[in-house]
Amino acid sequence: MRDRTLWTWHIVAGLVILVFLGLHMTIMHLNSTFPTFNNPAGGEAESWVNVAWRMKSLFFALTYVVMLGAALYHGLYGLRNILFELNPGTGLRRTINVALSALGLVLFAFGAWVAVAAPGVVSRMGG
Amino acid sequence: MESRALPNRLGLWGWLGGGRWGYERYLYTLHRLTGLGLLLYLLMHIFVTSARVFGPESWEKMMEAVTGPAFKAGEYLVFAAFAFHAINGVRLGLIELGFLVGRPIEPIYPYATSVGRQRPVAIAVMLIAGALAIWGGLGFILER
Repeated sequence: MRDRTLWTWHIVAGLVILVFLGLHMTIMHLNSTFPTFNNPAGGEAESWVNVAWRMKSLFFALTYVVMLGAALYHGLYGLRNILFELNPGTGLRRTINVALSALGLVLFAFGAWVAVAAPGVVSRMGG
Repeated sequence: MESRALPNRLGLWGWLGGGRWGYERYLYTLHRLTGLGLLLYLLMHIFVTSARVFGPESWEKMMEAVTGPAFKAGEYLVFAAFAFHAINGVRLGLIELGFLVGRPIEPIYPYATSVGRQRPVAIAVMLIAGALAIWGGLGFILER
């Protein structure tokens, strides 16, 4: 794929992260100064009751998967650009491309499985 | 084997120093450092938060393993890094798309430069990122 296309996707992924990670940070870290509706039990955002409530939500499952994909692409493509600035040879470039793509795909598959399997875990526990 | 890269005669300063490029160059360095830090955190975060899929005991155990002042401070650094990287990223995106650089004009004294046009935005970016970092810091203090 041409670098211009990859770079355009890098910027698009950055915008997606800006929106969803901004929401994630607000819910998780600004809860005491900017309470949101996503922590129904109150208290800490990472308490199991609040986590289980978000795990059941289709909105959160979907946005986690989208954010995970965007963050992995944006981060690993950024790392690739930094490594390519060291001017590696053709073989090493190919190795970097394959290694970072494989790492990204494996982590995306694992993270997406967690997000998709999460509602079932809460249901089995009677949540 | 002969190296194709130019030798870095300035050492560490050659990598970190802004030289006559001004402080936008330091923002560039900080953008990279925060980006690498956030990537490293993301990779760990995927595994830490996956504990939720194994039930409440597993989740509580994992949360107990990542508590304490050092983890809290690290978490705050991640928040501050995100605030800077996000706001500075918007500035870089706008410049890349041709906004904020101004129209080409005749070079008549006193010269109006593109950097001069961008600088107020860079200052605004720092102020917004700083305000977000302080807001986040308040949140971390009140959570304790």
